[in-house]
Amino acid sequence: MSAIGSKGLILDENLLFERSTVGRCGYDLPVLDVPATQPESGLLRNSIEGFPELSEVDVVRHYTRLSTWNYGVDSGFYPLGSCTMKYNPKINEVVARLPGFAHLHPATPDHLSQGSLRLMYELQQALCEISGFPALTLQPSAGAHGEFAGMLMVHAWHHARGNKRHKVLIPDTAHGTNPATAALCGYEVVPIASDGVLSVEAVATAMDDDVAALMVTNPNTLGLFETNIREICELVHSRGGLVYCDGANLNALLGACRPGDLGIDVMHFNLHKTFSTPHGGGGPGAGPVGVSESLEPFLPIPVIVKEGTSYRLETDRAHSIGRLRTFASQFGILVRAYAYLLAMGPRGLKKATQLAVLNANYIRARLEGSYHLPYKQRSLHEVVFSDAGLPNDCHTLDIAKRLLDYGYHPPTIYFPLVVHGALMIEPTETESKQEIDEFCDALIAIAEEAKTNPHLLHEAPINARTRRLDETQAARKPKLKWDSRVG
Amino acid sequence: MRYLPHSDLEIQSMLKTIGVEQLEELFIGIPENCRLPRALDLDGPLAEAELLRRFQSMAAANAADDSWSQFLGGGYYDHHIPAVIDHLISRSEFYTAYTPYQPEISQGTLQAIYEFQTLICQLTGLDVANASLYDGASACAEAVLMSLRCGRNRTKILLSRGVHPRYREVIATYVRYLDVELIEVPLRADGQTDEKLVAELLAADVAALVVGYPNYLGVVEEIDALAKLAHSSGARMLVAAAEPLAMALYRSPGELGADIVVGEGQSFGLPLTYGGPGVGFIAARQQDMRSLPGRLVGETVDKDGERGFVLTLATREQHIRREKATSNICSNQGICAVMVSIYLALLGKNGLPQLARDNYSRAAYLREQIAALPGYSLPFSAPFFNEFVVSCSQPAAEVLQRLEQQKILAGISLLDDYPEIKNGLLICVTEQNDRAQLDGLVSALNGGAA
Ligand SMILES: Cc1ncc(COP(=O)(O)O)c(C=O)c1O
Repeated sequence: MSAIGSKGLILDENLLFERSTVGRCGYDLPVLDVPATQPESGLLRNSIEGFPELSEVDVVRHYTRLSTWNYGVDSGFYPLGSCTMKYNPKINEVVARLPGFAHLHPATPDHLSQGSLRLMYELQQALCEISGFPALTLQPSAGAHGEFAGMLMVHAWHHARGNKRHKVLIPDTAHGTNPATAALCGYEVVPIASDGVLSVEAVATAMDDDVAALMVTNPNTLGLFETNIREICELVHSRGGLVYCDGANLNALLGACRPGDLGIDVMHFNLHKTFSTPHGGGGPGAGPVGVSESLEPFLPIPVIVKEGTSYRLETDRAHSIGRLRTFASQFGILVRAYAYLLAMGPRGLKKATQLAVLNANYIRARLEGSYHLPYKQRSLHEVVFSDAGLPNDCHTLDIAKRLLDYGYHPPTIYFPLVVHGALMIEPTETESKQEIDEFCDALIAIAEEAKTNPHLLHEAPINARTRRLDETQAARKPKLKWDSRVG
Repeated sequence: MRYLPHSDLEIQSMLKTIGVEQLEELFIGIPENCRLPRALDLDGPLAEAELLRRFQSMAAANAADDSWSQFLGGGYYDHHIPAVIDHLISRSEFYTAYTPYQPEISQGTLQAIYEFQTLICQLTGLDVANASLYDGASACAEAVLMSLRCGRNRTKILLSRGVHPRYREVIATYVRYLDVELIEVPLRADGQTDEKLVAELLAADVAALVVGYPNYLGVVEEIDALAKLAHSSGARMLVAAAEPLAMALYRSPGELGADIVVGEGQSFGLPLTYGGPGVGFIAARQQDMRSLPGRLVGETVDKDGERGFVLTLATREQHIRREKATSNICSNQGICAVMVSIYLALLGKNGLPQLARDNYSRAAYLREQIAALPGYSLPFSAPFFNEFVVSCSQPAAEVLQRLEQQKILAGISLLDDYPEIKNGLLICVTEQNDRAQLDGLVSALNGGAA
């Protein structure tokens, strides 16, 4: 898409409810081959007010049209920093749908679920090898859910020792879910300032007997490796605390560095990022958590154990923090992640990391003259620019919206919060040099437009399906569902 | 390395632009003492054909093929999934998109989620719903936290023993280190939550009463009476539905007085997949809108005045006030929510109630047949939906084991969760169980061949 993205045949489509026609139905039931019975009438519902009535073809057209209003990784480059939007291999979808996996009920006894248990066990072992942690749980349903599991284990560890620590240190480069998670676990959040990379001194100053843990994202949200991490871990441990690592950015470390070797006590993975499972416009994710030996007793139940050649789910664990979801895991996501891991192998994973870092640094080199680079350190898999110095009242949002006109999904904007007007670009390894060159050309052209024709930025997008949407109105007068009376 | 597009020449040229010679030099940010000095010890790489064979052999080790007939429910239900669903969600514009942070190029996902929110409101009879949570149990735990936010100084939660045992465990995990007391309300002999005890336990410091719909034992609760009690002491009535299809047959929880309704949406078009991913839903009344956890999609207009949709009320989320967020939810179950919407749209206003009625009839038929067998009895008399408990004269595990020989997964033993029910077995019926299967189960339970 080197030229400005063009508008194709994009069909309009009302809401499901507005397309409804009385008497239609898109589904036929099997014949009822037992006598029809009814519970007592006082319990019964009259009808589902407002529910749509549509034929199968109505439904197919509806969603097919909606899909054309979306942009996905298969549509093009998706450089959302921290979100790691890499290509989603198609074989992953095939294996996740194998009937032996897809039709397995979660209450099936262990001895009849050996295939799934084996897959989970092997994935667990592989993730331990990749991260350097001796034990791991696959249970959490997303990164933030993994954070929650991890911080509960931290809490349980202190609790078991009679420690009454109530604070958690979180650097300013952390993801927004980190402080929210700490608060959810009943902790008070103490922010610490970093200068891109967290210093030992900053942690030393903040560290006291009330601090249960430090929660650090590594590489952090600036794409920088926390160079002092070993010393920081030692310091936190020496003062009785633990170190949590947000491992969402593990894509930068595969085969290069294992967080578990550095003294970190607990870390979550975002399988849907690093291991190529599709994000589905919101989820699902999977957020396994690796832990050090001392935290192992606190792992959530169930725990997968291998005995001889068979596997089972163990629930009888005296010190466990308990259960985090109804059943054992986001199994379908695990299948995809494991397929990716095996397809890549150790060499492939290492290469993926190298190319992800190559791509990010290449973008950095190409854009450095056109956009302000607030942190000069060599970044890993992502690079953060800002809108500082752009003329004519052009800001990050305008750049993002103008990129839509060029046919690209914009980078993450206004995050991390430490950079004013941030543009956080993460190309991942699955983008080719051509793709990246074209994207950089577009961004350079936009920087030029900011000087010569800022109107184009302020009016953008003009080529997307909708013009700029009024988010203020949406928040001021929230309308969260369709209502037949209001229309 | 089929997923990696770079040629060696391209790598060289990129390195040159950056001003380094080797890929390794790009990693100078990682101190030497943090580097992994060896190669990872992992399997692979595998070609696609090898990968497929390996996964097929693992999948084949599960009892998930058509030769089995199964009556397992307990929070995950084997319904037929219309072919349309997989076809539509396999459109990569849906499944390869991220959370819709850029609404102008995400209207497909945003409108689909807005429709999901609407469908959930219509089904539950409530005013607002969010864009999904991880699963039924975690949604239930989030709803408990929500009721605590709504009821400021209230610190107690009344939890019916009929609520799904796994949901209760997850709630306990979520409040483990908070200043909250969970109080279990026992069930009456007929299987319903004991109203008298609820009345006694309700006090000014109770934030919510949590009850199943139907409960884990398949029993339909008297939500309206319980809701009146809860409201009389200012507590929220929280209803948790493991099988929300029941809402298409029975009066909606909203109509019966529920303030918050959560549940598992897997029933609506998601494969069983060993318990995940499913999709948690949560709906509430208007007054509690700002306490809802997770993402919300709202309607708005664009610069030309055209209708459009955006993620909204983000100040409740982790982006802005961070440690004051209503939850830490970031990824939810976007594509699963769209699957639910497609399913509900296909079945619609007429198909969904019909499915619920048929499943009730099938369950009623089986229940009656089993009750007539020697050695089996029905402990509960209250109304039920698609699942019911049978008391066996032998330990349930023995019955299950015996039927396994005939390739029948007859149900879930209640020994661990409800030891007070003698040899309890929870049996579930869906439209996937035809009469031949139902009769086969009856005959096998009776000691005959399936
Ligand atoms: C650094 C970081 N941590 C945590 C998360 C939360 O992960 P999830 O969305 O899977 O809950 C994200 C996701 O955006 C992230 O980028």
